[in-house]
Amino acid sequence: MSTEAVSGSTTPASHRPASPAQRLPGDPDVWVFIMAELAMFGAFFVAYIIYRAGDRTLYDASQLMLDRGLGILNTLLLITSSWAVASAVALTRKNLRTAGARHLGLGILLGLGFVVVKFFEYTAKLEAGLTLQSNDFYMFYWCLTGIHLLHVIGGSVILLVCWKNARAHRYGPAEMRGLETGASYWHMVDLLWIFLFPLLYLLR
Amino acid sequence: MLLLRHPIHRTWLLLAAASLAALFVRVDVTVGAAAGVATLGLAWFKCRLVILDFMELRHAPRPWRWAAEGWALSIAVIVLLVYLHTH
Repeated sequence: MSTEAVSGSTTPASHRPASPAQRLPGDPDVWVFIMAELAMFGAFFVAYIIYRAGDRTLYDASQLMLDRGLGILNTLLLITSSWAVASAVALTRKNLRTAGARHLGLGILLGLGFVVVKFFEYTAKLEAGLTLQSNDFYMFYWCLTGIHLLHVIGGSVILLVCWKNARAHRYGPAEMRGLETGASYWHMVDLLWIFLFPLLYLLR
Repeated sequence: MLLLRHPIHRTWLLLAAASLAALFVRVDVTVGAAAGVATLGLAWFKCRLVILDFMELRHAPRPWRWAAEGWALSIAVIVLLVYLHTH
């Protein structure tokens, strides 16, 4: 019997290192929160498509007033921000802490770019008199994009805290929990927009 | 290509391409509900990429991966069914 086989048979399962195939990044409690958020937005998306089915003409006509160019720009900003944050996690795991912090900073800037674009989009809608009370489509538009924007702002604050910690070299291969948790929340914000954008701006 | 070497970079490229493709689908496909089906299909594909590669649930315990993937699939299917029912 080989030494490896002996050591494998005598090591209690609880003392073996966790397999990479079974690892949840970040704090499991935050993952419960992320799943609850996904469920809440999922209910909003289903409510939207059901209400849309009741008055397709109104929804299609109202959708034409949205700026798809700004929508696609915001999509590219968020997915690129998610890429930067995922890269920050990968770099920090390899102990490339400074590069990791820089990528995190880039992710935050791109997230703030999303907020700036939304500001211009909202301003144009308000100037055109398209408010929460204009019709059912705009009620959904303002509520869904508004709640999502609050998540973008909240996620940016979380990433700012992570960035501050990353610059102080508080994260590294042995201490990834905080960074992974912040990154997971940020990717959820991206995930929600990936469904929200086609629902409101594209689906006809 | 250096950009394609790391899975995270490949995922970003696919996400960007799929996002731009959604716009072309809207412009070019005008027959029936095909544009809507393609748009929702692309959204589901993008969600899956984010869940597996950015959120790193590809190697997570199965219940977590199934919960996230199940969310994306169920939203896409429910929206698609209602959309097709009323198209």
